[in-house]
Amino acid sequence: MSIDLNTIWFILIAVLFTGFFFLEGFDFGVGILLPFVAKDDQERRIVINTIGPHWDGNEVWLLTAGGAIFAAFPNWYATLFSGFYLALFVILIAMILRGVAFEFRSKDDNPTWRKTWDWALFIGSFLPALLWGVAFGNIVRGVPIDETMTFTGNFFTLLNPYSLLGGVVTLTLFILHGGLFLSMKVDGVILDRVKAAVTRIWIPVVAVVLLFVGYSFVETTLFENFTIVQGIGLVLAVVALLTAGWMIRQQKFGTAFIGTGVTIIGVVMFLFGGLFPRVMPSSLGSEFDLTIYNASSSPYTLQVMTIVALIFVPLVLLYQGWSYWVFRKRVTSESHLEY
Amino acid sequence: MDVLDLARLQFASTTLFHYIFVPLTIGLSLLVAIIQTQYVITGDETYKKMAKFWGKLFLINFAMGVVTGIVQEFQFGMGWSEYSRFVGDIFGAPLAIEALMAFFVESTFIGLWIFGWDKLPKKVHLFSIWMVALGTTISSLWILIANSWMQNPVGYEIINGRAQMTDFGAVITNPNIFRQFPHVVSAAFITGGFFLVAISAYRLLRPSQEIEKVMFSRSLKTGLIFSLASVIFVIGTGHLSGQFMVEKQPMKLAAAEGLWESEAPAGMSFFQIGDENERTSIVNIQIPSLLSFLTFDNFEGLVPGINDLNSFYQEQYADVYGPDADYVPPMIWMVYWSFRAMVGFGMLMALLALVGIFFWWRGTLVNKRWFLLILPLTVVLPFIANATGWMLTELGRQPWIVQGLMRTEEGLSPNLTAVDLGISLIGFTLVYGILAIADFYLLWKFATVGTGGDPILPLPKSQPDDLKLESAY
Ligand code: HDD
Ligand code: HEM
Ligand code: HEM
Repeated sequence: MSIDLNTIWFILIAVLFTGFFFLEGFDFGVGILLPFVAKDDQERRIVINTIGPHWDGNEVWLLTAGGAIFAAFPNWYATLFSGFYLALFVILIAMILRGVAFEFRSKDDNPTWRKTWDWALFIGSFLPALLWGVAFGNIVRGVPIDETMTFTGNFFTLLNPYSLLGGVVTLTLFILHGGLFLSMKVDGVILDRVKAAVTRIWIPVVAVVLLFVGYSFVETTLFENFTIVQGIGLVLAVVALLTAGWMIRQQKFGTAFIGTGVTIIGVVMFLFGGLFPRVMPSSLGSEFDLTIYNASSSPYTLQVMTIVALIFVPLVLLYQGWSYWVFRKRVTSESHLEY
Repeated sequence: MDVLDLARLQFASTTLFHYIFVPLTIGLSLLVAIIQTQYVITGDETYKKMAKFWGKLFLINFAMGVVTGIVQEFQFGMGWSEYSRFVGDIFGAPLAIEALMAFFVESTFIGLWIFGWDKLPKKVHLFSIWMVALGTTISSLWILIANSWMQNPVGYEIINGRAQMTDFGAVITNPNIFRQFPHVVSAAFITGGFFLVAISAYRLLRPSQEIEKVMFSRSLKTGLIFSLASVIFVIGTGHLSGQFMVEKQPMKLAAAEGLWESEAPAGMSFFQIGDENERTSIVNIQIPSLLSFLTFDNFEGLVPGINDLNSFYQEQYADVYGPDADYVPPMIWMVYWSFRAMVGFGMLMALLALVGIFFWWRGTLVNKRWFLLILPLTVVLPFIANATGWMLTELGRQPWIVQGLMRTEEGLSPNLTAVDLGISLIGFTLVYGILAIADFYLLWKFATVGTGGDPILPLPKSQPDDLKLESAY
């Protein structure tokens, strides 16, 4: 079977979300850990500066995923974002406050000003980390979509136990991932607190991930046509997460960070693999499912976009990788802090 | 207000808010890049101070542009799902390409620039601000390609009730983009230019150190030259836009002119009080034949009026929307006055830039107190011209969301309720309002003090540790 363009775009969008969860995942985690690992103003500045040069570039992975869904699967874009309207509104407000906080926080010395933006950073990281998980939980579980591809539920339809558990998975996983990122970027007392935090959070992460997999078996169709991709994803996720725990015990935090990274990749493979070829299953009947065929653009648009993606995605990886290389050093109290 | 009105209000207000910051980002990134290039070439530390000073203001503004842009990326799906289904094939592509080609470049290189001072080699650091400037311009190109398609659909075919792309080349070489892109980008350059002019003038009026005098008189001159060049370009491309409009969107031109009945030759209206219910004008002061001349380069041409165009469209679209559908934009007065505000402020800015350059040539610029006193106030002019320009373009297109193909009410998301929209409208307004205040406070603070060197911020009283910091904002 040769792979058609619709499948390629499905994979590409999964890759973009992987990039988003991997990269923005750790800077969400850093934002959430901020009040817990940094106790005074300078410590907080150090922590914020570890992701200072990167947070915007990381966020663009999400924007690109959004644009790619629009271009390749307009019906998916239309149904998803109009259907999840209020949830998305909350995410947007959170991400707005967070983005401004980076730039504004240290530009004034009033303690109330700084405290306010620290809160904005924390909440602005916490809510999206939770809500993107809830959103994906709902996507794989299925939401009411009628024959006109219109979402017929409301905000509360989205608040079901399974999806909320999905939110807890991303939330806790990102905190662990962010902590491990920090462990490579800070030193001194902050590093000690970070180490203590990741050691503590690891067990709950394992617990919710396993619970989520079990719950998926009961609640969703993810296991019905269990594919090899899903199998690999699941095994990768679990093995990598266990390895990360082992590495944390060995005090090898850098390796553990790769572990949580691979866990994220595995989870995305498991979820997207289980969806395929659907993009949004309907809970009102499988005949209303949005799939990579009935939701897609014309073959011509997919072709054009494929060429564009083949040129630009590698370029992006190259210069973003370079920027991580430039700022690879630890941020310490001796560093020149910009934020 | 019904759901449609709420959705439109929300789209218009969030987009216009985004567009407060966007032109300044485009204009200022280029200016900072130019100033920093002067620093790298001459090695003169004053230029470095200038780059840092303007760079700081640039960053405060940039952050707002970024966060308000995130909303834009998802808004089409949120509020306008049927529109998104209809045009996704064509409209989604430039949006996705914009993210891939421009947003990644801007966001990555801005990080390198902010954190790269004295860390990266000078030339690499300079390269990163140029990449940011390039990124902002590429970003505007792609979003305008998308917008151009709504004004003048090309390269498509309607298949199964959806607009499908048949010719990507035609979409990106839409004739509309050749008027719109240069117009919008040069308008953004004026915005940057007048920002420099206004703040420099303010600083020159105040007692200051020698270094500040040098910095701000240099900035003032740079700003003036830059503004003059851009404003000439804006007027030229605006003129071309108008000529194109009479061909492709005659209703928009008629609305912009308050031209109720067709006229040949048509006069250019200067002041009009119209009656939108009766669809006629009550008071109208005109310069005879001027409109014909501006649109057709001769004094004879027939410019079609609103009422004739409406009958024409009613006939043309009778099968689709019934014989009684209306094709006249609501709120003609807003279109009319938006056009006048944009053009009027454009002319005013051209005049200001000319006068400034004249004084400079005479060597009296920095001593003309009355002139320096006026300039700080002019900072608002380009912002108003930009906003009214978009209001003209978008309101004048009504009731179409895609000219000639889809009416605005057809584009709305069917599942949204007034409650959904009420919540989000209030939420966005509140948050945007608070951010605008914080943003303005910071801009004011950094524009009026310091030279962009690295002043050590006084510390929060409770945090003595901060003293160790050698640095920073
Ligand atoms: C003429 C130029 C122009 C226009 C018409 C628009 N934008 Fe914009 N946008 C920019 C020019 C720009 C920019 C100058 O490139 C910004 C400002 C700050 C920045 O980082 O890029 C930007 C930022 C920006 C961002 C954040 C990028 C980041 O995180 O770095 C998004 C997602 C959008 N925009 C999306 C949109 C959408 C969907 C629009 C359509 C309504 C839109 N913009 C209109
Ligand atoms: C002074 C003479 C000017 C003329 C004759 C002019 C003409 C026009 C016309 C005809 C349009 C509508 C294009 C369309 O919808 O098809 C337009 C749009 C616009 N104008 Fe101007 N303009 C002038 C000055 C300015 C200035 C000074 C600015 C801002 C600093 C500006 C910013 C804009 C913007 C942002 C748009 C919307 C984008 C577009 O459709 O091009 N214009 N202008
Ligand atoms: C930054 C650039 C833009 C600005 C400043 C702008 C501004 C506006 C304004 C003032 C309105 C009028 C709202 C009303 O009629 O109540 C509007 C409406 C609208 N515009 Fe734009 N516009 C921009 C770009 C775009 C683009 C690129 C699109 C592409 C889809 C677009 C799509 C719409 C839609 C969907 C509406 C709402 C429905 C409507 O009222 O027409 N706009 N915009």
